[in-house]
Amino acid sequence: MTLSSKHIITMDDLTPDDITHILDTAESFAEISQRRIKKLPTLRGRTVVNLFLEPSTRTRTSFEIAAKRLSADGINFSASASATVKGESLRDTAATLAAMACDLVVIRHKYAGSPRMLMDVMDCSIVNGGDGMHQHPTQALLDLYTMRQRLGRLEGLTVGIVGDISHSRVAGSLIPALRMVGARPIVIAPATLLPARPDVLGAEVAYDLDEVLGELDVAYMLRIQMERADGMPFPSVREYARFYGMNSARLGRLPAKSIVMHPGPMNRGVEISQDVADSDRSLVLEQVESGVAVRMAIMYLLLGGADSGAAA
Amino acid sequence: MGYRTKAEVMDATAVDRAVTRIAHEVLEANKGASGVALVGIVTRGAALAQRLAAQVSGIEGAQVPVGTLDISFYRDDVGSSLHPEVHRTDIPFDPTGRTVVLVDDVLFTGRTIRAAMDAIMDYGRPDCIQLAVLVDRGHRELPIRADYVGKNVPTSRKERVKVFLTEIDGRDGAEILEESGEGALT
Repeated sequence: MTLSSKHIITMDDLTPDDITHILDTAESFAEISQRRIKKLPTLRGRTVVNLFLEPSTRTRTSFEIAAKRLSADGINFSASASATVKGESLRDTAATLAAMACDLVVIRHKYAGSPRMLMDVMDCSIVNGGDGMHQHPTQALLDLYTMRQRLGRLEGLTVGIVGDISHSRVAGSLIPALRMVGARPIVIAPATLLPARPDVLGAEVAYDLDEVLGELDVAYMLRIQMERADGMPFPSVREYARFYGMNSARLGRLPAKSIVMHPGPMNRGVEISQDVADSDRSLVLEQVESGVAVRMAIMYLLLGGADSGAAA
Repeated sequence: MGYRTKAEVMDATAVDRAVTRIAHEVLEANKGASGVALVGIVTRGAALAQRLAAQVSGIEGAQVPVGTLDISFYRDDVGSSLHPEVHRTDIPFDPTGRTVVLVDDVLFTGRTIRAAMDAIMDYGRPDCIQLAVLVDRGHRELPIRADYVGKNVPTSRKERVKVFLTEIDGRDGAEILEESGEGALT
């Protein structure tokens, strides 16, 4: 079984069956990380380009490790080290890479829609590694994987996504992803961190974290993206932390088996307190660990697919 | 994908006798069960490995470690149309210094076994790798042969050999299938 799409740009490229297939395949890859030799010959001779034109450590490293573990040749491009600084357009950079016959491009870019644009210029598979304030589908998939591993299921889970919803591409992918697997997303934020029409998000909306705390199976905390915010969205950081931060008092009021997640990077003391971040209810590092296995599964399923040309 | 049964080559009794004999042969060749580990290739090889382990413990009174191996990530045809579901690999022991007996249902081109050997080597360095199969149907494409064979079955390349095991298929047996019209070979 292959995936129904050659690219993963948004969650809409995947079906619920695709999601299950990716998560199941990732389970097999998770075991590889426990081995002494953490390398498989599966994608030998394939070329994966990481085109990261916006700062990133965990996503880029995660894709890079995933490619290496599958024996693919990984090439890394960053904004500062490429011709972008010389004024080359993204389209020309992409066309240049296409001419070098790569098999998969992972792109991170500050403008929404740039991964979609690459589809017109390149023949290879495109994976969105985060585009502007739009989507970050591989993050959503690794989050689903982490939830499923810890809680044993996805269907019926209530997931509270707390914080800067309006700027979050993580939320942009996680909300539809949760709906596809039959979970219940609730976005929890002050009105200034929600889009003007929160009803279009496809999630329930709550303005008071304490009110819904008791219903959450997962509290998914988001970082306040000051760099994208237009002015100060709340009176003070301290006030935000007091009303929307996950601290030990709130952790105590979550249902006993509930977990806390965060896509990183964390601002300790703002959306998540020091002790919660380091508690065993926080799955932040499990998320990072899952990231490699899930990205290996994505590469394997995209490049192992029937459409990706001659092999054998 | 039409296939019909051309001939039954092993019935339930024959499968049972073959497994029993292979268990004895493994013990004879390795002078007992010490240092021996069984690794079955999913899915039917894994079931056969469990049966062999039960037989060995019945004969020798010794428990041999049993592992399960999925070779999907080691295939030499990743990217061609076949894309089966990936199963879990579970090797609950260190193969280093052991005699690892790979177990599979049908030996055909040998490519699966090549992949399995590569996979085992990634877990450790066995002293020796041996191969046990229920059916050897010929048509090797690699210099690989089985150490223990349930039954040699001459076939044409166009035919398929299908092994049935109670754990998976509800019955034991082996059949040669032939194409009954349009269909892809696997």
